[in-house]
Amino acid sequence: MENMILQLIYLIGSITFIMGLKMLSHPDTARKGNLLAAGGMTLAILGTIFLYRDGNGEGLHNYAWIFAALIIGTVVGTAVSKKVQMTAMPEMVSLFNGMGGACAMLISIIEYRHIMANIATHTPGTGTMIVVVLGMLIGTVSFAGSIIAWGKLNGSIKDRTIPGGQGINFILFAGMIALVVMVASGKFTDMPALFYGILVLSALYGILFVMPIGGADMPVVISLLNSFTGVAAAFGGFLYDNPVMLTGGILVGSAGTILTILMCKAMNRSLKNVLIGSFGGAKTGGGAAGSKEQGNYKEISLNDTAVLMAYAQKVMIIPGYGLAVAQAQHTCHELEKVLNEKGVEVLYGIHPVAGRMPGHMNVLLAEADVPYEKLLEMEDANDQMGGTNVVLILGANDVVNPAAKEDPTSPIYGMPILEVEKAEHVIVNKRSMKPGYAGIENELFFRPKSSMLFGDAKKVLQSLVTELKQM
Amino acid sequence: MESIISLFTDPATYRLMTIVILSIFLGIEVISRVPSVLHTPLMSGANAIHGVVIIGAIIVMGQAHTDDYLALVLGFLAVILGTLNVVGGFVVTDRMLEMFGKKKKK
Repeated sequence: MENMILQLIYLIGSITFIMGLKMLSHPDTARKGNLLAAGGMTLAILGTIFLYRDGNGEGLHNYAWIFAALIIGTVVGTAVSKKVQMTAMPEMVSLFNGMGGACAMLISIIEYRHIMANIATHTPGTGTMIVVVLGMLIGTVSFAGSIIAWGKLNGSIKDRTIPGGQGINFILFAGMIALVVMVASGKFTDMPALFYGILVLSALYGILFVMPIGGADMPVVISLLNSFTGVAAAFGGFLYDNPVMLTGGILVGSAGTILTILMCKAMNRSLKNVLIGSFGGAKTGGGAAGSKEQGNYKEISLNDTAVLMAYAQKVMIIPGYGLAVAQAQHTCHELEKVLNEKGVEVLYGIHPVAGRMPGHMNVLLAEADVPYEKLLEMEDANDQMGGTNVVLILGANDVVNPAAKEDPTSPIYGMPILEVEKAEHVIVNKRSMKPGYAGIENELFFRPKSSMLFGDAKKVLQSLVTELKQM
Repeated sequence: MESIISLFTDPATYRLMTIVILSIFLGIEVISRVPSVLHTPLMSGANAIHGVVIIGAIIVMGQAHTDDYLALVLGFLAVILGTLNVVGGFVVTDRMLEMFGKKKKK
């Protein structure tokens, strides 16, 4: 009886996941979809705790441990996610993804110990071993990779190219596959050294795989690791003959892969390019291009900027990660309102990968109540660029770099950009002349139309608002 | 080789394989028309859903022998990590989407 109810609960859980994902892909229903999936998850978790019966009809025990862990996880998880700044969302997602990967890894380790303890009386099937080993491998890669991605996004880990990294990764990969075959084939199953060898190799692989990938590509990597964790969860579904783990895991695995490809498309890069020809390795090339082209840039004062904007007809704001770091979205909206009062039309040109993740800027500006119609997608923004008097770039860099169109040797060559040079004036707000996240120089700053307005985005915007109000 | 053949002969495995294949197509179908604005919340929501791995952690934890402390500790950690993935994932996604909701009302 319990089993029947539990199967029903799992079916409901699977349906909420499917509908939740579907609803998440439309703006109107997205929030409900998320809550629906969360409800299904809660039901599945509670159902498992109270109704699960193993092959011998025995239920679960260790309730104190289970509930203690659930409570700790819930309290910490809620507190952290409520507190995190909107700007730090991408690394938060990466961190939570890593937790899921680690969870899959631990499950496999415990199951392996369990198999080893009973190996004298019960020989494990090849299928079981494959599931246990691959679940651990993928979970570990996802865990290690996500932690590196998290560290890179919050700046605690710097981009680093390892000489011969490609070769090392290939050897690691081959080594992992060989070990998996050995352990799963049954002949070497009882050699824990091999099993834990896979653990070490996959952790190394996860680290080395993400390490050289540049920050601009990080969203793609997180999305990919996200689908990895989905697959790891699905292996758990095989292990426990559990349909909801299987549906949830595979659904995320395939949806995550599609999402990864969509993100690559938005950046006009192929997945292979992201993974192999990573931005990190191209740094030297970009640097060389920068040194040959470095001319003089001109600065513009706050006052001049204010005047220029006040007498413009149309101003386009291009937000980037600098805006996010400075938490300047509200001040930005204020500037927009002041300009509107002066009869200036203000639009936002949103590059699909501005910030750290696709849609990052939309989320931030929505938080500041910027009306939806003012946020133009890249194609529309480029169409409007010709009639724009002033373009104000707020901490964006690579998404306006003309090298993407003009310099075939540039690592970002081929990426669609916002063509700001079609406008009359380009004002670039940056904190310094340091290159952007892809680590390459931006020739735009040295072009005749461009002027630099140095400073923290929020402070600069505040001063601009004050200046404009006095005019 | 036997294990590959068993995919089609063993009814339990066959059932699971059917779920896998259908889920792959569902995942592709569900996602393929999504505006880029929603990429981040969608990734975050999917991230929360794979937290379903916690069910495995609960089963492992609930079946561990009460005197196998290593298994208990590892299982305990696994349940905490899984919970973080689920709770954190859904809360973060909800916070992101809250921003969109606010905008819609105006």
